[in-house]
Formats: sequence, C-alpha cells, structure tokens
Amino acid sequence: MSIGINHYLVISSILFSLGVFGIFLNRKNVITILLSIELILLSVNINLVAFSHFLQDLVGQVFVMFILTVAAAEAAIGLAILVIYFRNRGSIAVEDVNMMKG
Amino acid sequence: MNIVNILRPLLPELLLAISGMVLLIVGAFKGNNASRLISQCIVALFAIAIVLTIFGPKNSNDILKDHFTLDPFVLFVKPLILFGSMIATIMAMNYWRNEKEERFEFSILILFATLGMMVMVSSNNLIALYLGLELQSLCLYILASFRKKALRSSEAGLKYFVLGALSSGFLLYGSSLIYGYAGSIHFEQLDQIIKQTGATISIGGTLGLVMILVGLSFKVSAVPFHMWTPDVYEGSPTPVTAFFAIAPKVAAIAIFLRLIQGPFAHLVHQWQQIIIVLSILSMLVGAFGAIQQKGIKRLLAYSSIGHVGYLLMGFATGSQKGIEAVLVYLVIYVIMGIGTFSVVLALRRQGRLIHDWADLKGLAKSHPGAAFLMAVFMFSMAGIPPLAGFFAKLYIFMAAIDAQLYTLSIIGVVTSVIAAFYYLRIIKMMYFDEVTSSLDIMSSRTLRVIMVMAGVFILCFFIKPDFIAHYARLAATSLVVYQ
Repeated sequence: MSIGINHYLVISSILFSLGVFGIFLNRKNVITILLSIELILLSVNINLVAFSHFLQDLVGQVFVMFILTVAAAEAAIGLAILVIYFRNRGSIAVEDVNMMKG
Repeated sequence: MNIVNILRPLLPELLLAISGMVLLIVGAFKGNNASRLISQCIVALFAIAIVLTIFGPKNSNDILKDHFTLDPFVLFVKPLILFGSMIATIMAMNYWRNEKEERFEFSILILFATLGMMVMVSSNNLIALYLGLELQSLCLYILASFRKKALRSSEAGLKYFVLGALSSGFLLYGSSLIYGYAGSIHFEQLDQIIKQTGATISIGGTLGLVMILVGLSFKVSAVPFHMWTPDVYEGSPTPVTAFFAIAPKVAAIAIFLRLIQGPFAHLVHQWQQIIIVLSILSMLVGAFGAIQQKGIKRLLAYSSIGHVGYLLMGFATGSQKGIEAVLVYLVIYVIMGIGTFSVVLALRRQGRLIHDWADLKGLAKSHPGAAFLMAVFMFSMAGIPPLAGFFAKLYIFMAAIDAQLYTLSIIGVVTSVIAAFYYLRIIKMMYFDEVTSSLDIMSSRTLRVIMVMAGVFILCFFIKPDFIAHYARLAATSLVVYQ
C-alpha cells in the first residue's frame, strides 16, 4: 500500500483535533495549552507540505516557512505572558485562571 | 519597473515599519524618559500616514507580485484604522502620564499593531492575511497584559493569548484546506476557480471556508466565539481596552468582508446561513449579557458584541447596499467608541479611574458637560434618532429588508429595544440618582477636546448623512466589482 495524500490529511486532522481538545479538556496547567497550540500549527504545516507536494506547487512550502517563524514568535510571547502571570498569581493551574467571570 | 514605482503604494506601511524600528532603538537607548517624545512622534506618524494613504495611489492590484491590493475599499478602511489608533495613542499618553507609569514600548506596540492591521486589510492572498493578522495579534497580546504587576491585566493577556492563538490555528487550518482543495491562495484566483466550478467547492473546501469563518469570528468576537471579550476588556488597562474597541475591530470586520465578498463571493449560499446564525446570537448575547453587568468595561464589551451582531446582519445581505451600511456603521461605531472611552478615561475619583457604572450616579450635577456627552453617546448606541447611531442601524435594517431577511431584521429591532434598556439606565443614573461620592474635576484638556469633537460628530451627523455614505458607496462598489 502506498502512502497517498489521504494519509497525510488524516494525520494532520488527528493532530489538529488533539490540539483543540488539549486546549479545552486540559484542567492541569497552562504549559499544556501552549503545547497544544504548537500542535495545531504543526498539523497545519503537515497539511500544507502534503498539498504542496501533491499539487506540485511551491507556495505551500513558502507558507510553512512563514508559519514556523510566526509560531516561534508566538511561543516566545506566550511564555513571557505566562511568566508574568505566574509572578502575580503564584500558580499556572488552569482552574486558577479565574479572577474574572460573568 | 523601478523600485520607487513598486514601493510607492506601500509608502504608509513602509513609513510606519521603518520609523517603528527607529523609535524602538531610540527607546532602547534613552529609556522611559523618551516615552512622551516617542508617543508624540507616533501620533504624528499616524497623521502623516493618513495623509499619504488618502493622497497616494488610488488603485493597484499587483503590489509586490499580488501580495497586496489597493482599492477604494482599502482606502476607506485604512484611514479609519489609522485615525482610531491615533486617537487611542493620544488618550493612552494622557492616562499613563496620570498614572506615572510611562513606558516607551506602549506606543510602539500600538504602532506595530496598526501596521499589522494595515497589512491585513490590504492583503491579497492568504499568506499576507495571516502575517498581518499575527503581527496585529502578537502586539495586542502584549498590550492586554501591559500592566505586568497587576494580576487582572496578566490574566487578561493570558486568556487573550490562548484564545487568539486558537483562532489563528483555525484560520490557518482553513487556509491550508482552501489551498489544497482549490489549489491557490490568491484571492482573485480563488474567485476565478470557484466561479469555474459553478459556485461549488468540494467538501474539504467547505470545511476550510467554515474554519476560516470561525477564526475570523473569534477576531471580531461574534457569539459563540466571544468568550474572551468581556474578560479581556475588563482586565486590560483602560486605554488598551479603548484601543481594542476601536481599531482592531475595524480591521477584523474589514478583512472578514473582503474574504466573503472577494474569494468566497460565489459561495454565498454556504456562508450566508452561518453569518445569519452568528448575527442573531451576537445580537441576543449583546442585549441580554449586558443587563446584569456592573463594570463599565464589561458592559462595553457586551455592547460591542451586540454591535458586531448588527454589522454581521449587513454581511448577511451580501449586497452592495449591505456593505455600504456596514462601512457607515463602522465609522459611527469608531466615533462612539472614542467618545465613550474618552469620558470613561477622564473621570477619576481620588486620582483613580472609576470602574462601575454606579460611580456615575449624579454625574449631571457635578460634571454637567461630561454627563451630557455621555448621554449623547449612550442614546446614539441605543439608536435614538436623530443621533448618528440611529442612522447606522437604519442603513443596516434597510439593507436587510431589501435582501428579504425579515426574521433577522425583526430580531435586530427587538434586541435593539432590549439593549436600549441598559443604555437608558446609565442615563437615568447620571441624571436622576443622588450623588454617592464626588468625582475629581476633569483635568485633561486633550480628553475634553476629544469627547467634545466626538459628541459634535454624533449630534450633527443627521445634517449631512450622505457625506460618509458617498465614500462608503465607492468602497462597496469596488469590493463588489472585484468579483
């Protein structure tokens, strides 16, 4: 059996769903949420590279380069915000992010 | 073709980008002493960029090999964004000076966020769209958590970051599916491809379209993707909330409009249902969510969700008239936002900003001017004639009725009446309730000038309502012709 585009799409959709569920179902700590966000972005990259190969079109791979760069910046900012949050709250448990409600 | 001709349409963006980096270096060397100077430079830069945009090239479709586009629609939205950012910077300068917490990064972040918005609204393919959106969002995450010693501010930043990153993820996944199933990321090519296939798209493409819509709904805070809005509005420092309510909303609405009227215009039957549902839910949550809110910023967050509902009603029509109505609504929404936030930022008690609406009790006796202007803005948001807010809603409803969206219009009118309840309650508090404790005298002249100008605009709009509608019509025509 050869590996076709469907296999890539299934893998990437599984990773994407894992990422989304990781954000919503996770009750432990915020680091897991940051990991889930990275997972979502990487699943998009798999999608784009697979499409780029099967369409014989380079644009998808260029897009991936941009996404990788932005993902790095996003992780840096996310961790920075998490650090100042930890300094103020003394905890990064998801249940503790509850100062504001309503 | 020489380099000057290539870069000429991008002059405002280049100006902002280069001077932003220069000012960052100035700030790095001079520290926070230079923050006032940097803010003033940035206000001037916004003004110059508005002039450059208005008097620059009018039409161009192949900037940097099809990455960007320039048409009357972009030319309508960009000055509005720049104007909103300029006023937000001026209000913020005043606030941080009063709080004695001036830091030079603040205005620079606003500058880069605005640059991101400009890139986003003039983008012509999905890469440029994503990059502009992220440049904007990354700056906004930092701005939300700008007061780093305050727990609420950092919590607002954290929540905004997580949900913002998730929405970007949805947008990207949708873009990748669109790329795969349609085979292009250029807006015009996508439009051609969809037209050739007879206004249908494969199931994967539909999924991609839905995901892009979900991502954008997060950014415009349409229900059910609104949950970050009240918390972020409440937790962020007030000038940041003002900025959030003014500029990024305009940019997100504009790019939303561009996508559904540009590349996906022929898929109107696929997105119209989604937009109608989003619109109804946003109007309902905007009306009912705000009723029990006591905090000023939280109530304004729900009010902005309600306004997004009306804007989406204009989207749902899919007609030129609807787009025109959305653009007029946007202008009036920005001015109302500027006015309301300038009053909120100007009122202090013992040197601290007020947080609850109850603090405004008896405002008419101590600050008759501010109370009058606040009443004007509230009446306008509620849509009472002859104020500007009435015309904004009128245009939207007229477009919706023309498009035979009767149910949607009726729900819109009903929610608008419900929403009037909490706007009127604020006016009642200001005029008929007893003073609980007195507020400080308004010290800032800039804020007073801003609120009076916004008030004059709202009050005098009915004299010449066609003034903005004329430009909106040009912009809407260009967006529809582009199909």
